[in-house]
Amino acid sequence: MVDKVTNILVVGIGGQGVMTASEVIAQTALRAGYDVKKTEVAGMAQRGGVVTSHVRFGKRVLSPAIPAGEADLIVAFEPAEALRWCGELRPGGVAMVNSEPQAPPVVSLGLYDYPADPIGEIRSRGIQVQRLAATEIARGLGNFRLVNTVMLGAISHYLEFSAEVMREVILERFRERKPKLVALNEAAFAAGRERGMAS
Amino acid sequence: MEQHSHLEPLFISGNAAIARGAWEAGCRVAAAYPGTPSTEIMEYTSRYKEIYSEWSMNEKVSLEVAIGASLAGSRAFCAMKHVGLNVASDALLSQTLIGVGGGLVIVVADDVGLSSSQNEQDSRFWGRFAHVPVLEPCDSQESFTMMQQAFELSEAFNTPVILRLTTRICHVKGIVRPQRDSYPTVTPLTGFVKDVKQKVMTPAHARFRIPWMFEREALLRDHSEVSELNRLVGGDDRRVGFIASGPAVLHIMESFPDAPILQLGLSYPPPLGKIRDFAATVATLVVVEEVEPLLEQEIKAAGIAVKGKELLPRQGELAPPVLRRALRSLMGEVAMPDVATASAPVVREQRVAPPVVSQAVLFPRPPTMCVACPHLGIYYCLAHIRNTTISGDIGCYTLGAGEPWNALDTCICMGASMGVALGLDKGRTAADKDKKIFAVIGDSTFMHMGMQGLLDITYNRGNVTVLLLDNRAVGMTGGQDNPASGRDIHGQPALQIDFRKLCEALGVRSERIVEVNPYELPTLFKALRDESKQPEPSVIITNQPCVLIDHYGPKPPLTVVDEKCTGCGNCLDVGCPAIAVVRRETVTKPNGQEKQLAFVTIDSQACTGCDLCPGTCAPDAIVPLQGVSRG
Repeated sequence: MVDKVTNILVVGIGGQGVMTASEVIAQTALRAGYDVKKTEVAGMAQRGGVVTSHVRFGKRVLSPAIPAGEADLIVAFEPAEALRWCGELRPGGVAMVNSEPQAPPVVSLGLYDYPADPIGEIRSRGIQVQRLAATEIARGLGNFRLVNTVMLGAISHYLEFSAEVMREVILERFRERKPKLVALNEAAFAAGRERGMAS
Repeated sequence: MEQHSHLEPLFISGNAAIARGAWEAGCRVAAAYPGTPSTEIMEYTSRYKEIYSEWSMNEKVSLEVAIGASLAGSRAFCAMKHVGLNVASDALLSQTLIGVGGGLVIVVADDVGLSSSQNEQDSRFWGRFAHVPVLEPCDSQESFTMMQQAFELSEAFNTPVILRLTTRICHVKGIVRPQRDSYPTVTPLTGFVKDVKQKVMTPAHARFRIPWMFEREALLRDHSEVSELNRLVGGDDRRVGFIASGPAVLHIMESFPDAPILQLGLSYPPPLGKIRDFAATVATLVVVEEVEPLLEQEIKAAGIAVKGKELLPRQGELAPPVLRRALRSLMGEVAMPDVATASAPVVREQRVAPPVVSQAVLFPRPPTMCVACPHLGIYYCLAHIRNTTISGDIGCYTLGAGEPWNALDTCICMGASMGVALGLDKGRTAADKDKKIFAVIGDSTFMHMGMQGLLDITYNRGNVTVLLLDNRAVGMTGGQDNPASGRDIHGQPALQIDFRKLCEALGVRSERIVEVNPYELPTLFKALRDESKQPEPSVIITNQPCVLIDHYGPKPPLTVVDEKCTGCGNCLDVGCPAIAVVRRETVTKPNGQEKQLAFVTIDSQACTGCDLCPGTCAPDAIVPLQGVSRG
């Protein structure tokens, strides 16, 4: 049997910070001494389309893509996107879902419906879902862009490396370029960590 | 080399690894035109101050720049996406007869899986066509080392070298172990060597270079047999053996860890002797290649039994789920036992089925134009003009073909909007007698390959209304600089092209060149109506920058006065992602007809106050949000 590889699928919409979140997870895993591979998406995906990023870490990672049905954790920045991708989870896998819906123009135009209760639908498939009002928490802290730090705080319970290392990886990103945002991100991470533990 | 192994490992993408590899190899000149998935190669390369790097006007020019630098004695490379090599191929197919001075590498990134391209094509073909070697790394580390080996191979065999990447290498980050922390001191170069018989490709000279090229190819064939780039990896279960290159190697290792693999890092010319020897050691031989069955045909032609595309798809990435599904029966119990299968066999079946949530159940989320994009007004207007055929081009504005505008009728390749529009004009049937022909093209695509098409229109007396959407950047690939932005690859001031003068020089009469602000709907409408009525070519140039570049200045956001909104939904036709429906109602009009109403809101965090949607709102329900200034 091959060495165990942990698979984390981060999903959301272009512009939400999906890439940054997966970069933080990857950097944390690197610091913990793992081999890591991470996919990035560029080009059309940054224009409001679906964004997915695969992070895989373990003793040795071969293929960069998470095989279908083998994700250990899905970090979803939007509930309908969580529904779209929840089939990628392995049995027993966990979905951490930001509860704030974001409807695309095709829904506003009346061409499609937004699902009434995406999180409930995921749950009805027997998947363990952790619901988190990450956007609301971020707004409460004064900046909706903090949503990915809130999400990272929440998933820190589900990762095998220490939350302290991940927190440090996040804060370092700001210390150099935007020191004013260090305290805010510290608060966002703490809030996510606290709320992510609930239920 | 070893003394540098103390260097910190890097966690970088294949694209960044190519740049690092070029720098460590002492490359001096690099050129590219942006294109997904290859764009970041030149962005990273430009950070190495020792390398002259540039955004070229198109891929052909980028290859020609690299050729010139190579002939001048420097190591040089160009980078492009797969379709770019079609454009550059004219230079490649003659340069192969000349050879190189300094090492010459063509880095080409195939968009396997079409993440952001108009087609899926296999650049390994060009190796066969141009009789040059093809190298194929499987990840970031190999991209880094092979970039250096590519320069060495190029110089050793006097040949351009193609280094083929795919999206799954370009946009995947992995660990790379750098070897040097400083730019190498390159041995003094000879400089340009004058030799007209070698470098001036007239028929008289070229006919003698062709046998030379075939001799070189024969030497490369021998080299392929002994090259360490072609090596055995994987396990030693001899029931099924694989031939593979690129990321497919990793996908096989992941799917069938016990299977032996002959990895072809130097995939053209293929090492047929090595393949024959390998075939003799396994019961069944399978070749796994993305996209075309090139190796498969060559191996079969050599009389070696091999399975390939009869089992595997000819399209898309050959990732583990695809391999496992396709090869399940062949692999029998060799197939890797799956954790999921062991723990929950019933659920497992469900997992390998096609995506659980189908598009029919859940809405699609296609890419959208950005909030306040200057193209929004253009398509709002085009959607409201009747009796048109609109030929489109490659860029963000291709999205105009989608909802809510449906205002783009063709999209083929870079610059095609011009020639296609002329053809639509000249080839029109009686039924289309009064059709207005529009062509839509962005600044970068116009400079890439559109200018010649416009000259064709003016020279051949066509009647096309050209919309030149100048947003001062290569928008689609992330806002790279170009002559429209007036900055070079390093962000330094450079030539800023005057599109009015350029179009005039290309034969459009100055009266027929109109510059408009695309946020001013009435002016825009008028320009489109007036110019499309003219019996000669016109160019309408829009003059507002891409919202993602720093030329763009956002204004205070707008909001909807709920009491004033009548639910008419006109503003939704703009297609701005900041506008969302909060409530729908069905009302019955006095004449008995039912009407759907959609009451809207504007996301003030996203809105940049471009003032486009208020122009569509009859009851003036869209107003500036009071007391908010953007931070």
